[in-house]
Amino acid sequence: MSQAPLLRVRDLRCAYGAREVVRGISFDLWPGEVLAVVGESGSGKSTLLNAVAARHAPTAGTVEFAVRQGSDGAGDLADIYAMTEAQRRLLARTDWGFVHQNAADGLRMNVSAGANVSERLMALGQRHYGRLRAQASDWLERVEIDPTRIDDRPDTFSGGMRQRLQIARNLITAPRLVFMDEPTSGLDVSVQARLLDMLRMLTRQMQLAAIVVTHDLAVARLLAQRMVVMQGGYAVESGLTDQVLDDPQHPYTQLLVSSVLPP
Amino acid sequence: MYVAVKGGEAAILNSYRLLAQQRRGDPAVGELSIDHIAQQLRLAVDRVMTEGSVYDPQLAALAIKQSAGDLVEAIFLLRAYRATLPRLAYTEAIDTGRMVLSRRVSATFKDLPGGQLLGPTYDYTQRLLDFSLLATGTEPAADTSTHVSAPAPSEVAPRVIDLLNHEGLVEDQAVPAGDPEPFDLTRQPLRFPADRSARLQNLARADEGFLLAMAYSTQRGYAESHPFVGEIRFGTVDLCLVPEELGFEISLGDIAVTECQMVNQFKGSHTEPPQFTRGYGLAFGHSERKAMAMSLVDRALRAQELGEEVTAPAQMPEFVMSHSDSLESSGFVQHLKLPHYVDFQSELELVRKMRKAIARQDKGAEPDTERDAHA
Amino acid sequence: MRDPHIHFAYLDERTKRMIRRAILKAVAIPGYQVPFGSREMPLPYGWGTGGIQVTASIIGSDDVLKVIDQGSDDTVNAVNIRRFFQRTTGVEVTTDTTAASIIQTRHRIPETPLAEGQILVYQVPVPEPMQHLEPLEVETRKLHALQEYGLMHVNLYEDLAHFGQIATTYDYPVLVNGRYIMAPSPIPKFDNPKMHMNPALQLFGAGREKRIYAVPPYTSVESLGFEDHPFSVQRWEQPCGICGARDSFLDEVITDDQGGRLFVCSDSDYCAKTQSAAASSGTTL
Repeated sequence: MSQAPLLRVRDLRCAYGAREVVRGISFDLWPGEVLAVVGESGSGKSTLLNAVAARHAPTAGTVEFAVRQGSDGAGDLADIYAMTEAQRRLLARTDWGFVHQNAADGLRMNVSAGANVSERLMALGQRHYGRLRAQASDWLERVEIDPTRIDDRPDTFSGGMRQRLQIARNLITAPRLVFMDEPTSGLDVSVQARLLDMLRMLTRQMQLAAIVVTHDLAVARLLAQRMVVMQGGYAVESGLTDQVLDDPQHPYTQLLVSSVLPP
Repeated sequence: MYVAVKGGEAAILNSYRLLAQQRRGDPAVGELSIDHIAQQLRLAVDRVMTEGSVYDPQLAALAIKQSAGDLVEAIFLLRAYRATLPRLAYTEAIDTGRMVLSRRVSATFKDLPGGQLLGPTYDYTQRLLDFSLLATGTEPAADTSTHVSAPAPSEVAPRVIDLLNHEGLVEDQAVPAGDPEPFDLTRQPLRFPADRSARLQNLARADEGFLLAMAYSTQRGYAESHPFVGEIRFGTVDLCLVPEELGFEISLGDIAVTECQMVNQFKGSHTEPPQFTRGYGLAFGHSERKAMAMSLVDRALRAQELGEEVTAPAQMPEFVMSHSDSLESSGFVQHLKLPHYVDFQSELELVRKMRKAIARQDKGAEPDTERDAHA
Repeated sequence: MRDPHIHFAYLDERTKRMIRRAILKAVAIPGYQVPFGSREMPLPYGWGTGGIQVTASIIGSDDVLKVIDQGSDDTVNAVNIRRFFQRTTGVEVTTDTTAASIIQTRHRIPETPLAEGQILVYQVPVPEPMQHLEPLEVETRKLHALQEYGLMHVNLYEDLAHFGQIATTYDYPVLVNGRYIMAPSPIPKFDNPKMHMNPALQLFGAGREKRIYAVPPYTSVESLGFEDHPFSVQRWEQPCGICGARDSFLDEVITDDQGGRLFVCSDSDYCAKTQSAAASSGTTL
């Protein structure tokens, strides 16, 4: 396992017009590590995620990713905003995943579950229908979707199922880094729990690195080894999840922690 | 015994003859002259010139006669004619600020320098069929009982936009750096994103009905922009040319145009002071509906440029500009009349095959091998 | 026959030069759609103006022209276009595929194999193979540039999942020279294999959409498919009811109102030749 970070973010700033919403965020992310970005709405956490995932250009700072070179997986850090759009799009299709809060944003709602899941494989050149279907079927099982629903369209799925489908669609190419924007919000509590368990298992099994944006501390506790707390665009506290949640130092973190109802 | 059908050429020649008969109508009725059309169907001529992209009332009248009054067909004739004409020179841009006005109205101010000049318009007529027009051949006796002297065409009047601009109330439409050549749609294909000159040229040539519907949609909630008619002016402008050999401007004559400046909902942020935004429309002859529709659609298409959310078809340049040309739309819609029996044959075969496969399955027979592959 | 008041082949020379430059670029990048300043022609957009502009730009007084529509020289559309060229160029016209130097076609490739030096000009209604999946040109341009053709294969996968077979029977997308996915125009998929390694030059003109593309001679043209569901062509159970051919595309003709049917060659020249060959060799049908 490489000792270099997978992702390096330095002094990242983002703005909408004159309004700055991300004010100088820095962190490293290591292979297989899950980082939670926690904050209330308006804290800038979603913008931060989009900037790191090359979906929203920052106004300052750098985002570097260790692009895969050769079969050993190790690579030098490369500035993603210095790449061509073609390189970024390739990265987004293969080595990265992006799980949207609203599953419909991350799926093709008008094609079958099987097509959704196998699209990335087809984009990479796989041309055997039977094998594509078998892999898709396999992944549907892994995310606990009944494989007989492989030909059904996502608009016939429940919210939880759509979310799991989205995850399968992203993970089938074994990406090394997955971005998740509020992956469980809007789902029933029991459905959330199941999904979180599944995500935890998958990230561990596949040694996925992930950045998970959430307002829910329980999600952070369950999924992430480290977390960053954001307020008004600033990172006010960061560290090991358990430490930050059990012994918050910053007043805002203390407020967040204290307002969480005990289970 | 079946013999393959022949006789395509004979059929075409016969259809020409039938078409000529249809166009002429009853031979006992006098033939329509080009002058009749140019003078008394003037507004049809104006539309054909605008969408045909040629300012020549005689040619437009000829096209209307040849197409038996089908204006889209007449526009096609004029465009096809124009396509092969050599380019002799480029005129100077017309200055509508110096228009000799026949009509000039503004909805934004009750009164203004130059005044509200109603001019010739259907706007305030009652739409009652006038049966006195059934009579032809003689000049109608002039009704002198209520004599209203028609004012002479007005002197030059300043533009409302320029008046608003003195206070900086309207956004600046600055000439782009270096004053580049405008895009020429008749020479280059339209690509997206399209710049302003390409957009305006596309809209100027656009089918009036389509543009009208798109404009109307913006007034009904499909992207509201709260428009006001800043000014409509109709009259003649001087067409000027600077020949290389002379080095100074000469006048080629006048052309009649209609211009509409639409003023829209102000934009602004807490750092930028609000201003009114603009939409622009221009057409040959007296074509207010067209110029107004064009100005509304021009403004709607600037949504992205002005940082507005794009929610409606009228705000989508690719949607509007790809479907605005009547030659393209009419041609492709009507091309469905062409033989498509080879394609249809393929579809027939597929449908039959699929139905057979389902019938076999229903009968409980062995499933079709292709379906079997993914059981 | 030639109308002396009209410039040779109707288009002005400057326009022809512009179109030829576009053609050269298209030939240099097989399968890539080159935008060009399509002119308004005396025939409507959607009725073959792209093919006509291509032909008009390359035709010379020594050329021999054949024009077909749905495989036949005699459909009204083919007649109309052929008359247009006769009137504006006075070139020799023919129905014989082997005698033509330029063949303009709507929706079929002739059955008779083509030779080096011949040019096949296709009339194209929709040049963008992904238009029905992604209407925005700005987006499809990017997909072509980045070779992101996942969308096309998703579409084929869906067909297999729902119908058990690929439901596209004409204008079947192809991969040209291993690089660009191209719309071959609404030829039946039966004709697709003829495009591969063809000794003739194949030019494609879309007048309304303003694109020209090309497949140079001896270029690889592969129809999209899956390894385990390879591309396959249509087959008929019966031969042509007139000439007896078993290897050509057959049109279905309804002969009576009892449901009687006859299948005949779509390619009129091929049918006539097969018929006369059978007659001269004494073969019975």
